[in-house]
Amino acid sequence: MRVFRLAFGRLLASLPTLVLILVGMFLLLQLAPGDTVDALLAQMGGGDAQLAEDLRRFYGLDLGIAARLGQYLGRLVTLDLGFSAIYGKPVATVIVERLPATLLLMVSALSFAFFAGLLLGVVAARRVNRWPDTLISTLGLIFYATPSFWFGLMAIVVFSVYLQWLPAGGFSEVGMGYTGLTAVLDTARHLVLPTLTLGLIFLAIYLRIMRASMLEVLSLDFVRTARAKGLTETRVVARHVLRNAMLPMVTLIGLQAGTMLGGSVVVESVFALPGLGRLAYESVVQRDLNTLLGIVFVSAILVIVINFLVDLLYARLDPRIEA
Amino acid sequence: MTGPTRRETFILGAAGLIPAAAVAQEQPRRGGVMTVHFATEQRILNPSLQASTGVYIVGGKIQEALLDLDAEGNPVGVLAESWESAPDGLTHTFRLRRGVTWHDGRPFTSADVQFTAMEMWKKVLNYGTELQRFLSEVQTPDPHTAVFKYERPMPQGLLLRALPDLGYISPKHVYENGDVRQNPANTAPIGTGPFRFVQYERGQFIIAERNPNYWRDGMPYLDRVVWRVVTDRAAAAAQMEAGQILFSPYSSLTIADMQRLGRDPRFEATTRGNEGNVRNNTLEFNFRNPVLADARVRKAIAHAINVPFFIENFLGPFAKVGTGPIPSVSTDYYPGVVEPQYRFDAALANRLLDEAGQRRGAGGVRFNLRLLPAPWGEDIALWSTFIQQSLQQVGIRIEVVRNDAAGFLRGVYNDWAFDLATGWHQYRSDPAVSTTVWYRSGSPRGAPWTNQWGWTDPRIDGIIDRAATEVDAARRKALYADFVKAVQEELPLWMPIEQIFVSVFNRRLRNVANNPRWASSSWHDTWLAS
Repeated sequence: MRVFRLAFGRLLASLPTLVLILVGMFLLLQLAPGDTVDALLAQMGGGDAQLAEDLRRFYGLDLGIAARLGQYLGRLVTLDLGFSAIYGKPVATVIVERLPATLLLMVSALSFAFFAGLLLGVVAARRVNRWPDTLISTLGLIFYATPSFWFGLMAIVVFSVYLQWLPAGGFSEVGMGYTGLTAVLDTARHLVLPTLTLGLIFLAIYLRIMRASMLEVLSLDFVRTARAKGLTETRVVARHVLRNAMLPMVTLIGLQAGTMLGGSVVVESVFALPGLGRLAYESVVQRDLNTLLGIVFVSAILVIVINFLVDLLYARLDPRIEA
Repeated sequence: MTGPTRRETFILGAAGLIPAAAVAQEQPRRGGVMTVHFATEQRILNPSLQASTGVYIVGGKIQEALLDLDAEGNPVGVLAESWESAPDGLTHTFRLRRGVTWHDGRPFTSADVQFTAMEMWKKVLNYGTELQRFLSEVQTPDPHTAVFKYERPMPQGLLLRALPDLGYISPKHVYENGDVRQNPANTAPIGTGPFRFVQYERGQFIIAERNPNYWRDGMPYLDRVVWRVVTDRAAAAAQMEAGQILFSPYSSLTIADMQRLGRDPRFEATTRGNEGNVRNNTLEFNFRNPVLADARVRKAIAHAINVPFFIENFLGPFAKVGTGPIPSVSTDYYPGVVEPQYRFDAALANRLLDEAGQRRGAGGVRFNLRLLPAPWGEDIALWSTFIQQSLQQVGIRIEVVRNDAAGFLRGVYNDWAFDLATGWHQYRSDPAVSTTVWYRSGSPRGAPWTNQWGWTDPRIDGIIDRAATEVDAARRKALYADFVKAVQEELPLWMPIEQIFVSVFNRRLRNVANNPRWASSSWHDTWLAS
């Protein structure tokens, strides 16, 4: 019950931020030169002025900025996200279609980065300044410094073009009509490369944080006490150090959940995945205001939810922290 | 149109691609899935409502036009079997093909032609609204005859050259109620073509399958066509190498990848099959800037840029020097190399600028200009950087202002906030379709790719108007030669580079590129070798 009250409080507190983001976004996009009809004309390769005027009326662009903003917020109160100019469908439908791919990619990449980073961080901390540590830290630096589009393209060249182990792009094999387990395995095969690509950069951050945090906790008094009790080193690390060293990791995961939504534009483009990042990019280029605001709205809610979960997790890991 | 013609066999043979004998002997194989690179997703797929290569690449297999072009580039009947025109150019009669059905089983009749022409081409279709402005009615004396009536003479050559692109037919029974723009069939098209629409997953793929009731017996050969949405150019090249994509149309890969794949024996990179889709790189001048209103300055700018050097070092084999607004592939209207041409001559450029009173000031700079490059195509970005560096040599400092598509169109054609702009002029089979609008004055503000330069020449306007309604083919050609000469002299904008779009094929595909607008045409005879 307390959890629900807390959640509700959180949501209420983030409402003003949400409105501010949406209004700011709306106004910011007005500053971008050209509107969705210009973008459409660019796509068509031409059209006369009468046609452009008809289209502006069709998309409701003949009204003033204030009137359109008012209309938008008015609709939003009833949870109506409006109609997408590019897709010709309600924005809610467009987003729901794209959400699974984004969430799947995000959750798998984040989990991969989190657990691999945790493991490598622990190994590096326990062999600090010896060759495993140097190797892991160097690898981390390389992953962190490499742009993800390059990683993605190289992964495609190696694993799809030369070795032909994995598909080069897409979310599933087109038109095969797989169902059940086959469909799951098919999608999993398609997600291996994008997950690794997106995950590697985050992995670098996680492993460095984990290593530093482990080293710090290992030097604390209670660790010495544990060792003095005669516990084995593995038990000390697993039961006593890890739990305390994990707090910064959990903080980071909450912060990065938001970044990952935006950060996947590149990975989605390289691997031709139908995710929210690409949708947002297209909406900007095509000046599809409703879709863009819809994505901002959904992403903001997603970030709020994830941060709430992180707070709950904090309290669980460290009882001294009151949620 | 079964099997390649003599000329086509000759072209294939001459290019050393496939021995001529092999072309004649190979038997088409039925079956297989053709996967196609789809780089720019469109809002709609119906080519009777939107004329763009991105729509034709999909919709052109599902819906059909009255005419297409044959291997020689001449109009050939598709939904129309034959046609005749009255000598005054006011009446054009099309006899329609019998026994054709829509994918939903309803018969195709002249009512569909009438509805599409009046409600779509004349009211909504870009370039169609301009072309059909004086179309007053379409009479349907019987279900297989459509008579187009015009208020002003419509040259038969213009109509027949325009219809392969601007003559797609939609089913009246699907569209007659409600706003044609919002019809659900726009993203799930119903046509008479060789392939039937199956599924469209936005951001992922489109699937169409063989139309079993297609009017050409035994066709199409392919079971399915699958378009894969891939926006990243490098990733698309990798998918071609991995065999996930068999065909990438309209120069959708990077220049480097097209050249690389062209050297790979598994692929062919060619301009063949795109001759009807030629474009010029432009340099557009804003006459509201008094410096540029001086013809000597415009000519000096043209003389200061070494076009052959740029083509050789940046664009490679897919481009050549352009000679004016009507490109050399236009068999009917190309007037040859009409002087003046602006060949590279830095000394002459400097002299012209001095004569115009634009002396070098501090740091050797004569004046500053803003250059807005269009964001389509890597060649434009390279071209604008090359212009910047070339003009630096003659004392003109260029600031390059890069915008995305909407921002570019708004900045140049609506706000006139530019000094120089570069983009593409696309030549669409006849100068009256989308070429003369770049020069004709009186275009309303905001209409992209029209004369928004602040420049008017009544003499050139006169030539353009006369040519647009001249029904005699020879006189029409002479008028367009006059037009090219006049605009080369005046130089309100410059079209110094001619490029044909590049297709990249997997060599397993057969019967490809066998007409000048192949990527847009129906692919009814395309097949896939095992």
